Amino acid sequence: MEYFLQQFINGIALGSIYGLIALGYTMVYGIIGMINFAHGDIFMIGGFIALIAFLCLVALGVTAVPLALFLVLIIAMLITALYGWVVERVAYRPLRHSFRLAPMLSAIGMAFVLGNFVQIAQGARVKPLPPLIPGGLILIDNGGFVVQVSNVQIIVVLTTLALMVIFSLIVARTRLGRDMRACEQDRTMAALLGVDTDRVISTTFVIGAALAAVAGFMYLIYYGVIDFYIGFVAGIKAFTAAVLGGIGSLPGAMLGGLAIGLIETMWSAYFSVQYRDVAAFSILIVVLIFMPTGLLGRPEIEKV
Amino acid sequence: MSAAAQPAAAGALLSIKGLRTAYGKIIALKGIDLEVREGEIVALIGANGAGKSTLMMTIFGNPRAQSGRIVFDGEDITQIATHDIARRRIAQSPEGRRIFPRMSVLENLKMGTVAAPRSSDRDLERVLNLFPRLRERLTQRGGTLSGGEQQMLAIGRALMAHPRLLMLDEPSLGLAPLVARQIFEAIRELNRTDGVTVLLVEQNAFHALKLAHRGYVMVNGLITMTGSGHELLERPEIRAAYLEGGRH
Repeated sequence: MEYFLQQFINGIALGSIYGLIALGYTMVYGIIGMINFAHGDIFMIGGFIALIAFLCLVALGVTAVPLALFLVLIIAMLITALYGWVVERVAYRPLRHSFRLAPMLSAIGMAFVLGNFVQIAQGARVKPLPPLIPGGLILIDNGGFVVQVSNVQIIVVLTTLALMVIFSLIVARTRLGRDMRACEQDRTMAALLGVDTDRVISTTFVIGAALAAVAGFMYLIYYGVIDFYIGFVAGIKAFTAAVLGGIGSLPGAMLGGLAIGLIETMWSAYFSVQYRDVAAFSILIVVLIFMPTGLLGRPEIEKV
Repeated sequence: MSAAAQPAAAGALLSIKGLRTAYGKIIALKGIDLEVREGEIVALIGANGAGKSTLMMTIFGNPRAQSGRIVFDGEDITQIATHDIARRRIAQSPEGRRIFPRMSVLENLKMGTVAAPRSSDRDLERVLNLFPRLRERLTQRGGTLSGGEQQMLAIGRALMAHPRLLMLDEPSLGLAPLVARQIFEAIRELNRTDGVTVLLVEQNAFHALKLAHRGYVMVNGLITMTGSGHELLERPEIRAAYLEGGRH
């Protein structure tokens, strides 16, 4: 039981990271019907920018850990958002009126460009970050097995929760959110009503990239290591999470992220670490067989 | 039949000259001349596939005109972006209504104010008084409305921008005759009391021409006839082509 609880906590923390990345996939899919395969690499770049920003701050003499973490997070979000904006601008917008597969191919190309860029600029070796936030809460200590939530895990889950709340409010309550939903439901009509759809699409990429940067930052402080390849693996997982939750559905992305995180940790804990990805993808296949639109996806039935 | 658009008079709110549009290799508009003056109701009638909806959409730059000019209130809008055209306060209730299905009725109406940031609660009241059915359904999702209610919502949404030119594409399509009559009555009311200029596309030629000050007949991407609503109603070829059995 204690063992299960510990794995459950680990799974939730990992799932939060996947969920934040999955949001970016699902938002972009919702609004322009395209899978942004470069999104995983945007997440990786977010992690690298966080690492570089942290090292710069240390060099500048900022040693108070909470302040440094906060600044790092803001810097990573801003610069990664810029990456997201540029990627949309150079790789997708010119192809907006091209055939449907063109932007997707362009996205795959963009993923390679970003990955190789970081590999060359930063080297292929794993980059470590010393543990910044030690300690944690001990929940159960029955002498033998200790169940604990590390402070990093608390930060990861709380940050994710806070972002989910803010993000949901933006989508549900603000003018920007309404415009985004309008573009998602009928882009032509949104334009007929005066919505600058290109700007809304750009904003979507910017928000998606900023959320991915938060995920990259959390990955960095959670695992303490990062390399140029994490974008591919985490990207595929988060994409799976988005599909599992129902692509296009924002709560679905979060739910899918948590599900993939939990499946992965549980499988690793009880069966075999080597086959955890097989487990995650198998569950995806099973779910899609019985629920083709994912857990929270909606069937395309509309009254005419 | 000669294409008989009148010369662009001063005071024309919308003036279209030699407009051509194509979808790929299919030419949909083959040189359209059309004019809408301030305060008028103009009806555009014609059979399915004549290009009426294409004309409505081309005015909004989607698809773009291949050649020709669209001038709104003295300004050439042929090449400007769709959303900027909307911000000139031209509003359209398009073919198929295009309600946002997963937004509430109220949110759908609010989307109409994007092009008119100063739109107020008074505009909302005006729309809800015009279509009281919408008031009962404010929190309901657009996609769950009946066809007639969706039509009211599409027109109401267009009205929220307080448009200078209101473009309605087939407002009576698929509606029960009684509901269609209500919609036509509402259009007449808007024009009479608020002075809204209306460009109306209709297959229901009888009602449309009775309502309109002037009408244009479109066949195969060309304007083939124009005149006042009454004149067109009297033409035997119009009666034969568009009014047989269409009187309900």
